[in-house]
Amino acid sequence: MSELKMKILELLKEDARRTAELIATMLDVTAAEVKQAIAEMEQDHVIVKYATVANWSKVDDEKVTALIEVQITPERGRGFEGIAERIYLYPEVKSVYLMSGAYDLLVEVEGKNLKEVASFVSNRLSPIDAVLSTKTFFILKKYKQDGIIFEEHEVDQRLPISP
Amino acid sequence: MIKDEERSMNATVRRASMADYLAPGARSMKPSGIRRFFDLAAGRKDIITLGVGEPDFVTPWHVREACVYALEMGKTQYTSNAGMPELREEIGNYLYNQFDVAYDPAQEILVTVGGSEAIDLALRALITPGDEILVPEPCYISYSPITSLSGGVPVGIETFAEDHFKLKAESLKAAITPRSKVLIVCYPSNPTGGIMTYEDWLPIAKVIEENDLIVISDEIYAELTYGTKHVSLASMPGMKDRTILVSGFSKAFAMTGWRMGYACAHPELISAMLKIHQYTIMCAPIMGQVAALEALRNGKDEKDRMVEAYNQRRRLIVHGFREIGLECHEPQGAFYAFPSIKSTGLSSEQFSTRLLNEANVAAVPGDVFGMGGEGHLRCSYATSVNQLTEAIERIGRFVDKLKAE
Repeated sequence: MSELKMKILELLKEDARRTAELIATMLDVTAAEVKQAIAEMEQDHVIVKYATVANWSKVDDEKVTALIEVQITPERGRGFEGIAERIYLYPEVKSVYLMSGAYDLLVEVEGKNLKEVASFVSNRLSPIDAVLSTKTFFILKKYKQDGIIFEEHEVDQRLPISP
Repeated sequence: MIKDEERSMNATVRRASMADYLAPGARSMKPSGIRRFFDLAAGRKDIITLGVGEPDFVTPWHVREACVYALEMGKTQYTSNAGMPELREEIGNYLYNQFDVAYDPAQEILVTVGGSEAIDLALRALITPGDEILVPEPCYISYSPITSLSGGVPVGIETFAEDHFKLKAESLKAAITPRSKVLIVCYPSNPTGGIMTYEDWLPIAKVIEENDLIVISDEIYAELTYGTKHVSLASMPGMKDRTILVSGFSKAFAMTGWRMGYACAHPELISAMLKIHQYTIMCAPIMGQVAALEALRNGKDEKDRMVEAYNQRRRLIVHGFREIGLECHEPQGAFYAFPSIKSTGLSSEQFSTRLLNEANVAAVPGDVFGMGGEGHLRCSYATSVNQLTEAIERIGRFVDKLKAE
């Protein structure tokens, strides 16, 4: 990917609301070039979606998130792909990663409450034939997500005017 | 009898106020113009400030962590007067690799409490009362006052926006008299963002040599250049022995509060500066030195990331000023834009004060930086993109209002 696209991606990652004109000025290119690059990245699924990183703990109807380590038996010919797909298609599953190490898939599940997540694990995930075992870990507090620190302590402490 | 007379004479010269106790140098020194403006802005919470001469990044965590670990390990002692040998070694490697100047860490490098101490030491080591010290202006606010404190006579050399605030050989030549001894330069420049290229330095180096000057080259912003690499005056042919290179960690590594700087020069000059340093400061604090060492060894990636961010903001602010209709030369170094506000008909002081009161934006009036600064504002872009965008919008509305008056 071109250097320009990488830089645009980084600027959008920091703040997806930045306009093409603003990015163009920051990178010393034309707005048309930025728009073109963004369109291409959207087309190529480099940019998959523009989303908001929310700190749900500040919202009243707080969600419960669990990370589940899953051991599975790979399928002949398809390896882990088929099982992963069966799992990630559930809407309560937020992310699925194939991992190296003691287990195979790391599944992030979100639910309204503890009961809902527990029910997903026992009724949906565990009964899948290829699933050998699961270990569920509930997230108690999120400090940092996607490189963003939720409770930013490093506020600007500079004097308003300095040499 | 004589003793009594002396006593009665002493009684008659009793000092009328505390101010009478002050040394003439301290008494006559004016408070910094930045200080004056700071007082105006202090306590206001609603302002966006472009008045800050320091990075908006906090010192990278690995640097802070190295210092915390050193404290846990009980590193709280004096170091050698000149600074930790391994730090001086690393400074030497860094200057050689980055800016092509070779210094012997044992004899030619002195670690100081900020670049400011290094400049003070250099001036105190060099000045005989009455010597003239040449200072291209607009410039950092301290050079002239500390020159005066050392008994020197500061002589300003005006530089101009149309020359991108570069020092010109003919202006330098015109300012030289038989009493000229030292030239202080600071490129990349605070407050203008001007830089000097190899070609810019060549004729200057010639004048320096012909007139047998010593140069204090403040290169604190050396890492912050955009599009062209910093050229150290000390790396120019014939200049190393005539130059006291002053730098530090504040700007490149976001370490302002640590007060870590250094000076590099001919062994005899460093030796003289070291004598003053050991009697006044003893040594730079060890915790700062440990942090500086970590910054030099492992700080390149973080530094590059910060420089890239400054560059993006630089384009934003220059573009913004030009859109508003304020002339702005393109700063190629440091993190300041120095737009002209002459078209508004206001002085720098008037413009800055009204901008603060009517638009809640703080920027430093250019006249506090000496000759050539009047009619300009110093605007630091070491602040977030959102704040910059908002500041530009407010300044734009303010300028429109001025036009309508």
